[in-house]
Amino acid sequence: MTGAPDRPAARLSRVTRRFGKAAVPALDQVSLQIRAGRMTGLVGPDGAGKTTMIRLLAGLLDPDEGEVEVLGSPAVSADRSRIGYMPQRFGLYEDLTVIENLRLYARLRGLAAESRQQRFDRLLDFTDLRRFQSRLAGNLSGGMKQKLGLACALVETPDLLLLDEPGVGVDPLSRRELWGMVQQLLTDGIAVLWSTAYLDEAAQCDEVFLLNEGRLIYGGPPQDLTREAEGATYRLAAQGLARRQLLSRLADREEVRDATIQGAALRLLMAPGAPPPSGALAVPPRFEDAFVARMGGGPGGRSALAESYPEVPDTGAPAIEAEGLTRRFGSFTAASDIRFTVPRGEIFGLLGPNGAGKSTTFKMLCGLLHPSAGRGRVAGHDLGHARAAARQSLGYMAQKFSLYGDLSVRQNLSFFAGVYGLAGAGRRRAMERMTEIFHLGPYLKQNAGGLPLGVRQRLSLACAVMHEPPVLFLDEPTSGVDPIVRREFWTHINGLVQRGVTVLVTTHFMEEAEYCDRILVIYRAEQIALGSPDQLKAEAAGTGGLSDPTLEDAFVALIEARETAVGRAGAAA
Amino acid sequence: MGGRLWAMIVKELWAILRDPRGRIILVVPPLMQLFVLGFATTLEVKNTAIGIYDRDGGAASIEIAQRIVGSPNIRAVLPLYSEAEARAAIDRQKVVAVVSFADGFSADLAAGRPAQVQGIFDGRKSNAAQIMSGYLSTIIAGYGAELAGQTASFSTVTVHWFNPNLQYLWFTMPGLVVIITTISGLGLTAQSVARERELGSFSQLLVSPLRLSEILIGKIVPPMLVGAFNATLYLVLISQLFGVPLTGSVPFFYVSLVLYLLALAGVGLLISSVSQTQQQAFLGMFFASVLAILLSGYASPVENMPLWLRVVTEAVPTRHFLVVSEGVFLKDMPIADLWANSWPMVLIAAVTLPAAALLFRARME
Repeated sequence: MTGAPDRPAARLSRVTRRFGKAAVPALDQVSLQIRAGRMTGLVGPDGAGKTTMIRLLAGLLDPDEGEVEVLGSPAVSADRSRIGYMPQRFGLYEDLTVIENLRLYARLRGLAAESRQQRFDRLLDFTDLRRFQSRLAGNLSGGMKQKLGLACALVETPDLLLLDEPGVGVDPLSRRELWGMVQQLLTDGIAVLWSTAYLDEAAQCDEVFLLNEGRLIYGGPPQDLTREAEGATYRLAAQGLARRQLLSRLADREEVRDATIQGAALRLLMAPGAPPPSGALAVPPRFEDAFVARMGGGPGGRSALAESYPEVPDTGAPAIEAEGLTRRFGSFTAASDIRFTVPRGEIFGLLGPNGAGKSTTFKMLCGLLHPSAGRGRVAGHDLGHARAAARQSLGYMAQKFSLYGDLSVRQNLSFFAGVYGLAGAGRRRAMERMTEIFHLGPYLKQNAGGLPLGVRQRLSLACAVMHEPPVLFLDEPTSGVDPIVRREFWTHINGLVQRGVTVLVTTHFMEEAEYCDRILVIYRAEQIALGSPDQLKAEAAGTGGLSDPTLEDAFVALIEARETAVGRAGAAA
Repeated sequence: MGGRLWAMIVKELWAILRDPRGRIILVVPPLMQLFVLGFATTLEVKNTAIGIYDRDGGAASIEIAQRIVGSPNIRAVLPLYSEAEARAAIDRQKVVAVVSFADGFSADLAAGRPAQVQGIFDGRKSNAAQIMSGYLSTIIAGYGAELAGQTASFSTVTVHWFNPNLQYLWFTMPGLVVIITTISGLGLTAQSVARERELGSFSQLLVSPLRLSEILIGKIVPPMLVGAFNATLYLVLISQLFGVPLTGSVPFFYVSLVLYLLALAGVGLLISSVSQTQQQAFLGMFFASVLAILLSGYASPVENMPLWLRVVTEAVPTRHFLVVSEGVFLKDMPIADLWANSWPMVLIAAVTLPAAALLFRARME
């Protein structure tokens, strides 16, 4: 519908854009083309320049240098009615209902009144939001908000659809649905730009553009990049703690460019031509392998933090216990009878769709929420009676919010040292050690809020472990960071676990979930599965009939199986 | 406990002082407020014009008119020649008042009969009209007293205690100390918890071993320090630069100031605990401070309020602290009286602080 198929829907040529006095431009000499009828992925970590590019394409920003052309004219003067734009935040009016949001966007777009209802019907069916049309947008779950955002961007069929991280903060299930919806649009000949920090999404695009620090480091079909890692990827089976020690050792070797844990195995990316360790099986490469190779390979396996961390004594008692944890908000039960124990030195993952009760459980276990029933213990301390002792023995880190952005790096360290009872020489030593381990020296006087994402990540971890707690609580610890920073982070965690530290982690990243020893899946306030990543995959393979499923496949299959079971029970009743 | 609390207080102080703009905001707006409020809320009426409609034209009316012309508070005098002209002058706001002498005014006076001067005032400018009425009465009564003095041997002398020359700055400035303390103390505490909630670092604070009391004390001490700093700034400038006499006990002023700041901190924390965002906290703080200032007696005397409202003002700490401030500045109020106006603030703080702690605990989840 946009004329000649090979004419690009949008084109950037040598575009540079700076903000303020920042030394590094947000976009640096970027050229690319977006074609109609194709899913184009814009991939990169937070701060890589994805949002800047989308705002340039939407005509909201002017480039400093270069040209941005959209639908045949400069972006700033392009026909806006032909562009659908879904911003990352603030796209919806949270105090309006679903249908009011749609009406508002229809009016803003000047959609003729007679065609409106028909359009709304289609969009409500398309997004499966008909049941919720009178609900306030602010009360929708993360996934439903994104669907509504998409519907609002589609009130008038656009020729170019710009989606700014539609998958962020959204569970794998909703992400898949969203992805499926956008795929349908492609058949109408719409050009879609989908920006993401998830590399598995990128791998499914027709064409991807990889951004890092404002530079385009790859543009083309994802398969072409993946092929670069061909013949270099292996899988090495290893069990329990042994696989963590093996990871530390192997990642340090010269010929190993990248090593990650995948359930009860290691995934290795070898340098070109290097022989794999004995017992390793060749596996097909993934997009992420090639991406990491392009970025210069993963970090080493040594964790200076773990090396200086005191061994957590083994008392034989579990490190974390949940005994029938239940939380009700009025008549709504957010978590019901959650029970599990985590032994010392284990990484335990909490997985579940948005709003399923995963965060509620997490909050009850770190003392942020009182359970309505049941008990939680951390390092042997009851969260009900011995809150102070329990809190002293846990370290808490949430990627998004755990620092004071308007305080300097040194002040953040000093505050957290003081809060955890470190004083005098002990505090000074702890701060010096953290500064050295996490290479924070050059940043000490800078505000934490202005740090590069990777440094902020290191500082967050430093603040959480400065008092050497035996238990760590991680709430989506690496969302939005690039794969290298994520590997650095997990190298430390991997090392700490070998010293006996116990970790409870919530995540939407399946790659992160693979690091877990065991995973608890929570859905509709109840625990529906508990087991190692490989057990969950096996279970899903059994029930869903999948062969060699990924953890994400397993997650989706488990939830769908539950959904049909509940539906059948409901129909029977 | 000491170390954790100290870390918390230091962190809160950093949060206020680290930003250079934050440091400027602590000093510059209070100074601007002092000068602007000091000169803008004047209770004197200068630079006004009045009209004189003299149907008499005798010696006495001319004498009074000349005294009016000579008053430093009156800029111009407009001679008027008819009722209609007088009405028009007030309608068009050319004058704020018209002084009208009846035909035969001077003759009546000379004959010792009662004589009357009529004053017509613009009721739309009630404040200026009232003050102008006071000036005119003084002038006319003065003339009357002189005349009477020739025949009688006594006269009335009014003496204004504590502010003998009725200098309006003496009256307004001690009140400004109270207002600046209210705004800075309440503003910062109201923002403190709400800011943390909005940034998302609140959870981080709650999972740390910090006790509830440590978090709350950590949140109120820095705003109290800032409030005390601003009050001191005003105390020094008002007494040294504006020359308002500081006659009472300064140490007791500080005792009372601390009590006042504690009572305020409770209110600020209540607002902050209820607010989800800094914006809500700001609106809540605005509401509370306007209410506090209106009910304090700064804008209009508490004695003029209806009884039920007077009872309500007892619960407003600002009202009590205003009495203390005025007492310390002008009246050399004895310690016993200062204390009598200070202990209600202890009661108020004993209600607001625990209420804030309870609400804070309830809203933690």
